[in-house]
Amino acid sequence: MSLDPATVRRIAKLARIHLDEDELPRLQKELNTILGYVEQLAEVNVEGVIPLSGGTEAAMRMREDVVSDGGYPEKILANAPDRIGNFFAVPKVVE
Amino acid sequence: MKMLDWTIVETLAALDSAKVSALELAEAHIAAVGSLNPHLNAFITITPEIARKQAHAADVARRAGAAPALAGVPLAIKDLFCSENVRTTAGSKILGPFIPPYESTVTGKLLSAGAVVLGKANLDEFAMGSSNITSAYGPATNPWKRDDGVKLVPGGSSGGSASAVAARIAMGATGTDTGGSIRQPASFCGIVGIKPTYGRCSRFGIIAFASSLDQAGPMARSVEDCAILLEIMSGFDPKDSTSADRTVPNFRAACGRNIAGMRVGIPLEYRVSGMAPEIEKLWQAGIEWLKQEGAEIFDVSLPHTKYGLPVYYIVAPAEASSNLARYDGVRFGARVEGEDLIEMYERTRAAGFGAEVKRRIMIGTYVLSEGYYDAYYLKAQKVRSLILRDFREAFANVDVLLTPTTPSAAFAVGEKMDDPVTMYLNDVFTVPASLAGVPAMSVPAGLDARGLPLGLQVIGRHFDEESVFAIAAALERAADFRSLPQLRAGATP
Repeated sequence: MSLDPATVRRIAKLARIHLDEDELPRLQKELNTILGYVEQLAEVNVEGVIPLSGGTEAAMRMREDVVSDGGYPEKILANAPDRIGNFFAVPKVVE
Repeated sequence: MKMLDWTIVETLAALDSAKVSALELAEAHIAAVGSLNPHLNAFITITPEIARKQAHAADVARRAGAAPALAGVPLAIKDLFCSENVRTTAGSKILGPFIPPYESTVTGKLLSAGAVVLGKANLDEFAMGSSNITSAYGPATNPWKRDDGVKLVPGGSSGGSASAVAARIAMGATGTDTGGSIRQPASFCGIVGIKPTYGRCSRFGIIAFASSLDQAGPMARSVEDCAILLEIMSGFDPKDSTSADRTVPNFRAACGRNIAGMRVGIPLEYRVSGMAPEIEKLWQAGIEWLKQEGAEIFDVSLPHTKYGLPVYYIVAPAEASSNLARYDGVRFGARVEGEDLIEMYERTRAAGFGAEVKRRIMIGTYVLSEGYYDAYYLKAQKVRSLILRDFREAFANVDVLLTPTTPSAAFAVGEKMDDPVTMYLNDVFTVPASLAGVPAMSVPAGLDARGLPLGLQVIGRHFDEESVFAIAAALERAADFRSLPQLRAGATP
């Protein structure tokens, strides 16, 4: 399968990455090279195989659902590009 | 300066016998970083003032008879580990202004053990690369030179860590390995590096790339030095839900084990076409060395080996696309303003990420998107299961596997860059162990025809790093690798 320019634009939109039109042909070619390479997995018979989703087969550990950390808004906000009081500030969202 | 050549073992002995102070050692390294880093670009950020303070504290503790295990040993920290109050970039522009308010668990353990931090080591952007070329802070350089004298890559993604340790401007370093990012640069720079079992080291505070694969590990100039560092870096951490609640063995003791009777597997599928003849020869030499120490050699088969890379280039980008969604210009990092919120996200990410990171995010986004998830992502996870099964079956009969670390020695900037896949092929021998979560280590074993170091890889069972250390130490003794890079502290270039 080969990605067309419209699909590349759609992926960029989903990934929230702005693309200039002149970047499109190069990116399309590179993505198709990678997808062409991974295509070989089609030949592997995986009938009845349970997918391995994590780095271990061990079940994820559960913990008590309690507050274990926090109470330092200044630390949390210290890296904010923009803030108003104890809030992260973003451009106005108007639907 | 002789002390810059010391191993960590030798350094700790010298510090304990007051032959040298931690402050003297730190000053020598700070000076060496100052003179060599402009050539190597191994560090993105240097922290000489912090190093001096830590060295002084190590000296005070030692005089009081209370020196912790690593007191006074100067290290480089890959700039993927969050360092409290020290800029941490992940090699990306998007984290250029980021100063973490907390310390990663692994570096926290090293600091508690008295380590001296010289600075934050260069890496491929978000650890995505095998060359260190994708760093937004310029590529790190390999201190080794080929016969044609061109600048070589140190490998990646932990390229700055490997370069610094090989050039003797740091005694050891932390690395992280997602598909070979510790082992491949270790091999390219002629040093030792181990990726432990997935879950052995906490991932808390390590900037995430692909969470089911990312593992921290040490890089150093001897197997025993790696054992010392890994023992400190390992251990259960409730802050990482995949951290293994297991006792950390005595890795250093394992380095001295007799390997007679150990069973070593040679995977047939790693004999790929186009492999440099020197690598083939070195692999054979490794087999002979282990035989001489009494190990038994067996042919084994890992039939799904060739699918390792394609699985990796679905799974890792998928996880990356999800992990890197957090860089949106809202809570931390750089922001580029836009007309509205969506445009701010899109412009922030377009300006903040480099080409390779964008490629991987987009591949990941595609393979996780509606209609393609089953064909790509789910399929890859199933083949990943088969790769793990291959290792399980092999390890039913042998204790460790021996393979080359890489299919070639270090290459020059510009080589292997025809397309992304050519670069990806570098990781063909390292990726399968990452997918299976088993420990794997690279040990320098010889030089290629053009004078560049080559490594052998030892792969072990889950949580059996001890066997890996035992075999790696035997290889190290037999290989007696003493060649030095041309660019190093104390050498006249």
